[in-house]
This record gives sequence, C-alpha cells and structure tokens, in this order.
Amino acid sequence: MTYRNPPTTPRKSATFDDYTLSEIRRAAATGIYDIRGAGAKRKLPHFDDLLFLGASISRYPLEGYRERCDTSVVLGSRHAKKPIELKIPITIAGMSFGSLSGPAKEALGRGATLSGTSTTTGDGGMTEEERGHSKQLVYQYLPSRYGMNLRDLRRADAIEVVVGQGAKPGGGGMLLGQKISDRVAEMRTLPKGIDQRSASRHPDWTGPDDLEIKILELREITDWEKPIYVKVGGARPYYDTALAVKAGADVVVVDGMQGGTAATQEVFIENVGQPTLACIRPAVQALQDLGMHRKVQLIVSGGIRNGADVAKALALGVDAVSIGTAALVALGDNDPRWEAEYNELGTTSGAYDDWHEGKDPAGITTQDPELMKRVDPVAAGRRLANYLKVMTLEAQTIARACGKNSLHNLEPEDLVALTIEAAAMAGVPLAGTNWIPGKNGF
Amino acid sequence: MPATSKAMRDSHARVFDLDVLSLRELNQALHNLAPGSNETAWEVLNPKGSHSVAVGVDQPVSIDVRGSVGYYCGGMNSGSTITVHGSAGPGVGENMMSGSIVIKGDASQYAGATGKGGLLVIEGNASSRCGISMKGIDIVVHGNIGHMSAFMAQSGNLVVLGDAGDALGDSIYEARLFVRGKVDSLGADCIAKELRPEHLELLQGLLDRAGVTGVKPSEFKRYGSARTLYNFNIDNADAY
Repeated sequence: MTYRNPPTTPRKSATFDDYTLSEIRRAAATGIYDIRGAGAKRKLPHFDDLLFLGASISRYPLEGYRERCDTSVVLGSRHAKKPIELKIPITIAGMSFGSLSGPAKEALGRGATLSGTSTTTGDGGMTEEERGHSKQLVYQYLPSRYGMNLRDLRRADAIEVVVGQGAKPGGGGMLLGQKISDRVAEMRTLPKGIDQRSASRHPDWTGPDDLEIKILELREITDWEKPIYVKVGGARPYYDTALAVKAGADVVVVDGMQGGTAATQEVFIENVGQPTLACIRPAVQALQDLGMHRKVQLIVSGGIRNGADVAKALALGVDAVSIGTAALVALGDNDPRWEAEYNELGTTSGAYDDWHEGKDPAGITTQDPELMKRVDPVAAGRRLANYLKVMTLEAQTIARACGKNSLHNLEPEDLVALTIEAAAMAGVPLAGTNWIPGKNGF
Repeated sequence: MPATSKAMRDSHARVFDLDVLSLRELNQALHNLAPGSNETAWEVLNPKGSHSVAVGVDQPVSIDVRGSVGYYCGGMNSGSTITVHGSAGPGVGENMMSGSIVIKGDASQYAGATGKGGLLVIEGNASSRCGISMKGIDIVVHGNIGHMSAFMAQSGNLVVLGDAGDALGDSIYEARLFVRGKVDSLGADCIAKELRPEHLELLQGLLDRAGVTGVKPSEFKRYGSARTLYNFNIDNADAY
C-alpha cells in the first residue's frame, strides 16, 4: 500500500467567486457590459438590521384589534391647492409603459386605487390604462420628456420631476429595441426597434437655481393645483433634499440603490449610489435643519418589502414609502409557476432580471402581445391590493405594540440596530448598548 | 414705439401690465379662456424678464409681449400665437405642442427644447442647445445657433439661416437640420445629407411660414442621422 499525501480541499477564491468568474467569461466572449433590470442584489445594511423595542413599563401599547392606528398621509400641502390624500403611506413607484406591458400598468392602477394610494407613470408617457384605473396618478417629468404633453400634465394628480433613481444615480433610461413596439415608439416619437438611451440630464435646466424656475413653470402651467415632487437617487441625500426643498418641492422622493430599474448596466446598479437605509437620516436631517420636516413630505423607496420595512422607514422620519419591485412580484413577476420557461431563458424564478429583453414569462416586463395576456389586470390588481393591505396591517401591528395611534408617531427611539453599520446609518443605538456610532462622543 | 401707445391703439386687445398685475393673474386669465372666447388678442406689458410668461395656453389666441422675457416663455404652448417684442431667456417654447412663437430679438439656451409641434421663429440668434430633444416642432432661426444644438433631436425641422456651433445634431434621431451658413462641427452620428426636391419644397414652406424672404432653399445644406448608433454595437463605443 503506497502512502499518498493528504489532499487539500479544492478552494475557490472569495474574490474571484463563481459569479465573478462567469462575468469575466461573459465579458470576454461578448465585448459588452451586462445589462439587466431590478436593483442592487449585493448584501447591504437594510431594515432587517433594525428591531423595534415594543412597549414595556415606561411605554404602554395600544390594543391590537380595538384601538385605532391611523395610516393616512397628505402629500404636497406646502404649495399645492390640491394635495394628494392617501389612505396608506405606501405608494406605487414610477415604472414606464414600455418597460411594463399595458395590462401590468393597468393592474398597478387598479391595485393602488383599491388601496387608496397613488401610482406613478414612467419614462414613456401616460397611458389610458393607468390614467383610467388610477384614482391618484403621479406624472413623471423626466429628462427624455417622452410623451410629455399639456393634456396629460393637467389630468395628472401630481407631478414628479425625476432627477435620478436609486438603481443608477446619474444615469438615463434605457429601453432596448426588443421592447419598442409600434405603440411604444409612437408614444416616444422614435423609430420602432431602436435601442433607446434616454438622456440623463434634463434638456432645459441644470442645477438647483434652474430647478426652482422649472418648478415655477410647472406650477404656473397647472395653476398651482398639483403637488410637485422631486425624485433623486440615493447619492447625496442631505444636499439633494435641501436643494429640492429650496427649489420649491412639495415632496422629496429619495430612492436608494436597492430600487429597481427596467434596464441598466450591472456595474452601475451594484456600484453607484447608497443603500436606502443610509439615505434616510441625512434626508430627514436636511428637512429638520430647514424647519421643513412634515411640511415637505419625504418618500423613500428601494427595497421596501413588508410592513416592518414600512414601519422602520416611518420611524426614521419618512412620511411615506414607495414600492416598485415588490409591487411587480405581487402582480406575478418571477413566479415559480413559470419555472420551466425561466429555465429555458437560462435562469430561475426569483433570479430573472433580463427585463430589457422583453421575454418575461410572467407577461409583465414585455411588449409581446401573447406574453402580456398572462397578466389579468383585475386579478393582478387584486393581488397588489391584498399585499398592500397586509403591509399596512403589519405596520399597524408594530406601531400599536410601540404605543402609537398613528404610523407617523413611530420615532427613532423605538428602534435599535443589530449591527454597528446599521446603527451608524440609521442613527439608532446598537442593540444592548446606548452607542450610536458617530454620536455620543464616539 | 412705447408699449402703452400701441396698447391704447389696439382697443380690442386685453392688456396685462405685469407692473400692476402678477404673473399668476396673467396665466390664470389665459387658462380661464373658454373655447371660442372672443378675447382673442392679448398684450403683455412690462415683462421685464419674468419667467413663465404665457405658459400652458391652450386656446388659439394671439399674445403680444412687449419686452424681453425670462425662462420658459410660452412653455407647452398649445395653439396660441405668441410674439415676444424683445429677447427670450432659456427654454422659450419648451415642449410646445402647437401654435407659434416668434421672438423678435435673440433667444438663450434650449430654445424649443423637446417641442412636439408648432413653429418657433427666432429673428435674432439662438444660443446653445437650440432644439434639444425636439420631437416634432419646427424651428426657424434667422441668425446663428450655438453649440450642441439639436442634441438627441427626434423629429421636426430646424432651419438656421446663419451658422451653427460645435457638435450640431449629436446623437440625432429623425429630425431634419437645414443650415445655410457654416457648421463648426457635427456631433456623433450626424452627417450631411443630400438636399432632394422634397426637402427644397419643405424648406420653402418653412421659410414662408417664418416670414423669411430673399432666401432660397437651395442655399441650405441638410444634416441628419447616419443611424449607425440606433442599435448598440460595441464597435461604435469610441463614438460616445
């Protein structure tokens, strides 16, 4: 019997992991960066790293099934004659027709309306599907101005000036030729089938002083009726929020890097911008420093998944949250029922993010007439409404346990953090300590 | 001629003196116009560089602005005829839907940005980014235009009797550019194109509508998209 040296276990690099290696091979084979949809997939400090304390001897709870816990919120009362009144502090984020199918947009409108909340257009103009089925519709005013027109501006309930989004602060929209149907092309005044790379800067203003004049124009056009939101990606939340307020915004929307996109470069999604959790306190601080907290409303989006996330965001000082990816999942995105078809596309349910290719088996991120039939707008809208209902009940459950008769009475003092990183970002103590990194002299 | 004497002469015009009334009152009065209103002539005095003068007007009235305006004059105009007897600040006629705007003086940056229809005439010069992202508007500039004009221009016609600055028509889509003078440089994917009979006819129509006389369509050169960047190709990456 010959002696053999004990073998070492094959060891893969933590730096060059399987995903990284596959991406190097893909880049070498194709010569082009990877484009995909959705938001940052890397592990980030998030709401999961926060816990509520609940009631104790010094704080007493409200009865779960007897005492009221208000969920309503008014957006845009600073300047608008007709502010947006929502029953729940969860809105549907902007997603374009073009990126999404007509039935998917209709379903979002139906679900939001059933729930007493608003939905939002996107980088492709306003469709009849969503206007018709959305009681409260926010009309995005984007750099591309695709489909922008006076009639739609006046029949919107609010206007959202989009400066950036969390998935790609500093990047413009992208809609590849596969999804440019006749209808999408016509709405955007572009030839069918071309790759659309929307502008990343607005064509007729640059900087905060111009933005103030642009907001004045939008108010004058709409007779000061409609709330004007300003949406920014999670880049410099303190300064962006302060500048938006200075420019006259009624509502500031801050979208963290987990916020989704229809399509952009993977390298952009994963490496530019800040996590949602890191954006909230600086944005709230800016409002507080200006004496505008609760006067200018703050909406935060990017990775909101359940009522706990909603409650945590509100406790940190946010007025409302917005959901995009989660809303699509409620409609049926990435549903395991289509697993065989996901496999044919080289992926699996839960991981499918090639939304730009227009082959979505769930019929949501497509313009294929056959695939989009898979979305029943009524049933999908009902699922979204159910999901919003659950999130709201969950948030109320937590708020009552913390002794709050309104979700908006939740406060940072109700929270602790599980990690030093989350404690620093959220400005709440590390669990079991009174230590807030960066404060208390540390 | 002093603005007031003209206003007094034209007894039918509804006169809005911005020294007396606010911008809000002016725009609200214009928006309150019902279809078929007989208040079809308006005169705005003392604009003194005000922003957002006569924005979002959606009735076919004529508005004479006596003096220079600030940003976004005539923004989103839908059917009205606006004449600025002075110069215009940035974004004049931005996202115009229809109607016409005439600037007797010069225009600043982004003139006619994203315009979807109608006619914008600038009798003086226009600055940089004239016709940026234009989506169907017709723009006629009697003088010169600045750099980066017609950037990402999607549709419509830009006619320039003078010269154009650098990077004309960068990343242009299907808009047509006609320049009579010299072009400092063309932007990515913008090329000179043949001036065919249908273009001569189109140009003549645009010149007529803009009140240009003594200029022949054959004096212009046409520029448009080479369409090489319509679908992403890694071999074109150096173009960006």
